[in-house]
Amino acid sequence: MGYAKQPDFGTPEVRSDHTVTLSIDGREVTVPEGTSVMRAAAEIGGDIPKLCATDMVKSFGSCRLCLVEVEGMRGTPASCTTPVTEGMVVKTQTPRLEKLRRGVMELYISDHPLDCLTCSANNDCELQDAAAEVGLRDVRYGYDGAHHLGQVPDLSNPYFLFAPDKCIVCSRCVRACDEVQGTLALTVEARGFDSKISAGTAKDDFLSSECVSCGACVQACPTSALMEKSVKQHGKPERSVVTTCAYCGVGCTFRAEMRGEQLVRMVPWKEGKANRGHSCVKGRFAWGYANHKDRITSPMIRDSIDEPWREVSWAEAISYTAGRLKDIRAQHGARALGGITSSRCTNEETFLVQKLVRGGFGSNNVDTCARVCHSPTGYGLKTTFGTSAGTQDFDSVEHSDVILVIGANPTDAHPVFASRMKRRLREGAKLIVIDPRRIDLVRSPHIEAAHHLPLQPGTNVAVLTAMAHVIVTEGLVDTQFVAERCEVDAFEDWARFVADESHSPERLEPVTRVPAEELRAAARLFATGGNGAIYYGLGVTEHSQGSSTVMAIANLAMATGNIGRPGVGVNPLRGQNNVQGACDMGSFPHELSGYRHISDAETRALFESDWGVTLDAEPGLRINNMLDAAVDGTFRAIYIQGEDILQSDPDTKHVAAGLEAMDCVIVHDLFLNETANYAHVFLPGSTFLEKDGTFTNAERRIQPVRRVMDPANGYEDWQVTQLLANAMGLGWDYGHPSEILTEIARLTPTFAGVTWERLCEEGSLQWPVNEANPDGAPVMHVDGFVRGKGHFVVTEYVPTDEKAGPRFPLLLTTGRILSQYNVGAQTRRTANTAWHPEDLLEMHPTDAENRGLNDGDWVRLASRKGETTLRIKVTDRVAPGVVYTTFHHPETQANVVTTDFSDWATNCPEYKVTAVQVSASNGPTDWQEDYADLAERSRRISHEAEGEPAE
Amino acid sequence: MSDTYVSDTHRRLIYMANQIARNFCALDHDAAAAATADHIAQFWDPRMKAAVAGDEADLSDVAARAFAILREQGEPAPQTRATVFNDADEGGRSDAG
Ligand code: SF4
Ligand code: SF4
Ligand code: SF4
Ligand code: FES
Repeated sequence: MGYAKQPDFGTPEVRSDHTVTLSIDGREVTVPEGTSVMRAAAEIGGDIPKLCATDMVKSFGSCRLCLVEVEGMRGTPASCTTPVTEGMVVKTQTPRLEKLRRGVMELYISDHPLDCLTCSANNDCELQDAAAEVGLRDVRYGYDGAHHLGQVPDLSNPYFLFAPDKCIVCSRCVRACDEVQGTLALTVEARGFDSKISAGTAKDDFLSSECVSCGACVQACPTSALMEKSVKQHGKPERSVVTTCAYCGVGCTFRAEMRGEQLVRMVPWKEGKANRGHSCVKGRFAWGYANHKDRITSPMIRDSIDEPWREVSWAEAISYTAGRLKDIRAQHGARALGGITSSRCTNEETFLVQKLVRGGFGSNNVDTCARVCHSPTGYGLKTTFGTSAGTQDFDSVEHSDVILVIGANPTDAHPVFASRMKRRLREGAKLIVIDPRRIDLVRSPHIEAAHHLPLQPGTNVAVLTAMAHVIVTEGLVDTQFVAERCEVDAFEDWARFVADESHSPERLEPVTRVPAEELRAAARLFATGGNGAIYYGLGVTEHSQGSSTVMAIANLAMATGNIGRPGVGVNPLRGQNNVQGACDMGSFPHELSGYRHISDAETRALFESDWGVTLDAEPGLRINNMLDAAVDGTFRAIYIQGEDILQSDPDTKHVAAGLEAMDCVIVHDLFLNETANYAHVFLPGSTFLEKDGTFTNAERRIQPVRRVMDPANGYEDWQVTQLLANAMGLGWDYGHPSEILTEIARLTPTFAGVTWERLCEEGSLQWPVNEANPDGAPVMHVDGFVRGKGHFVVTEYVPTDEKAGPRFPLLLTTGRILSQYNVGAQTRRTANTAWHPEDLLEMHPTDAENRGLNDGDWVRLASRKGETTLRIKVTDRVAPGVVYTTFHHPETQANVVTTDFSDWATNCPEYKVTAVQVSASNGPTDWQEDYADLAERSRRISHEAEGEPAE
Repeated sequence: MSDTYVSDTHRRLIYMANQIARNFCALDHDAAAAATADHIAQFWDPRMKAAVAGDEADLSDVAARAFAILREQGEPAPQTRATVFNDADEGGRSDAG
């Protein structure tokens, strides 16, 4: 594929049922009503010169370059701001227009440095293009007068620069920041000749401003005024490959723009259905970890974790590993072996890992990190709706009137979706936020939540039951929906339960700490405000009642009739990029791909005959149970692909004890992660840029991932799994992930119609893709729930056993931040650390004052489980009694303090509630120091030539 | 802490069983016990099932009854929709996280 810019139609697409036909330069064109003349011309291949218009933002009409003549209209209107009308006759090229455009161009160029040959935008500059299009040949004004040349560029952002002298003040960047990103970081300062773009801070640079480095302005800029530093460094790309972001569950698609094997930049793909041309700082810029010096590219082994690592050939590593596994199986039985699939790897890779565990190891001990994030979503939505996938696509939010966000922080964790949500909120939709912390969404430019309910951590079920109480007792139930779509008996039981006076907001206020009046108002708004959509995240699931909270959410949506059309629904915001896919592929210990229980003989027979193996009919162990069994000695070897359970799972010491007890820990990853400190085999992994395959995003959208460079370690991850499988005698011979996908489709009814070729052709498919839905299914439960009728479930509030008390009076809750991703293994190895160099503990001013603590102090954070040290940030974002931190940095080891309490149904850990005490400290804890020692020791790699262990 | 626990894992399994039972408390005793038994049958590994005798002092009534059901009657039929899975050729349900 050669390099061509993405097409730019000048103004955004308009959706309308009415069309208009007009004539442009003698050619007829039919477009939706409301389309601009500029876009209509572009649709038939025309190219009216433009500078201030681009199709990602609304037109502004300031540059006057896009003038056209319209029969019967006076003057020369700007085509970007003139809507088409029926029968309109337009001319885009006349002598008068040529002269006018040249005049405009001349003014622009006279204030622009003519160093085109050495400019990083050379050949990729719309100003150059426009000058060529209008046939500009000389400039009469010269540089003698006042001009803007020689201004100092702003290099503060690690990924892009702002060169004011190249700026033509078209304001495309300002509008992109306002309309696409919704951050409103940029302004045009002053007017006329003096006007300039400003990031609006005292220091007036990008890094210290509100800017979140999404890159929308850079993409919108027609010149090199805003430009990726990587383009300056490597030059203009020569080809591009469309692929999918490997960070979060939004699943943005990008064009990887390449020079040779050098990735020059990632540019969001306008045709991507999840992101529609937008991106966040992670996917757009934070890909440098692929070449980080910490990346390990040769396999390593050691007999014990006290020894340094020994680099070996792939052949030796694989045969050593297979030998260990076979020995352990012979001695302790198949159920002593297991594996962890990765939500960051492709569907194909995940499928193979569970196939290796079930078919090769011979046990069902396979689990995935969805265990620690959204497993309660699965349980809760399946019980109420019959199937657990999110009910809407991302486009749905454009039709919402009331948006309820509970336990999610989309601007940080799902930024591109958050931008789309914010756009809807700016258009007037109402917002309700239920969160212990005042997340950014509560108050941001042009957005103010109608209600923020700052609940006590751990009381989600009580708050939702109180809202249901209001809806039922005040007669706000959508009785028609309930009668037609739900099981009426179950509804009546539920309605009786919530209507009980003990569930009123007033009675529950002492538990939830949410003012009853505010809660009542929020419930009324949700029930009566039009299309109501619920978005939730890990603040819902990571509790001892995670599954119950999901059911309570589903109850609320059904009671108010908010299911089954655009604009409504129950929408889990998923964490990692392929968490949906990992679940679909049979990564849970009790089920095979397509959610079929392992005890079902017919399902087992299907896989057994296809794979030529015998499967265990009993469910396997979940991650936390594997660790327990390891301590007991009945679980002895684990293959972990692309996960860092030591850092991501709760109760670090317990995880460490479990890993330490095993005979063979195999870590397959990019870096020597924290888990690898306890590993005996390290198999180097490949990045998403180095492999083919598919990811499935939170909308059930299957999208291709494409290899743009050779794997630095020599193999794509699925190939490594295949090597291991074959060393264990399985005889696999996949030549390409498309063959694995064919097997998945053959064995999984929801994937029946999915092929690699089809994905490449159509860009993406939303499962189920089968006979009933040959082209996939965007919105679920339209005419009825997938499984018959909606089922209300009574959700009794059961307080968590993790309680604040005199020794541990504060409640700790955890979260994440925009610039870092999960345990940070990748993002910490990029310039994203400019925004989040360490984990901080947020504390309310009153609590800080009571303890004599000041902003920036080192503090000791202790729970019943353990303690760690970090620095505090004093802020009223959190309520008194609540503290908050992130878990992106291994030095902090936030999970040393989290407990082993978990969701009752799925064992999803209760990360969101830990009783803690905070006190002044002057340095790291003993555990931190011991652990740092251990980490250093266990990361040693012996280089035999030197004969000495080296770092 | 009762000294009836044989190990930390044993203690944790009892806790898990009680926690499951407690979350079915909106059902009547028999239904809650059946739902608990069903849940354990579908989601617990054999060594976990075997590790709980069913007469531990700290086991709640509902949880103890659930183990009795599993021992005396075997796996119950699905008690909630969470334990209804797709058939071999079916694709409607999912419990994806
Ligand atoms: S990078 Fe994004 S947030 Fe920053 S100024 Fe540009 S558009 Fe705004
Ligand atoms: S920085 Fe670029 S997009 Fe922004 S006003 Fe200047 S030229 Fe236009
Ligand atoms: S991290 Fe998420 S929101 Fe950001 S670019 Fe990647 S998929 Fe999109
Ligand atoms: S492109 Fe239309 S006025 Fe600038």
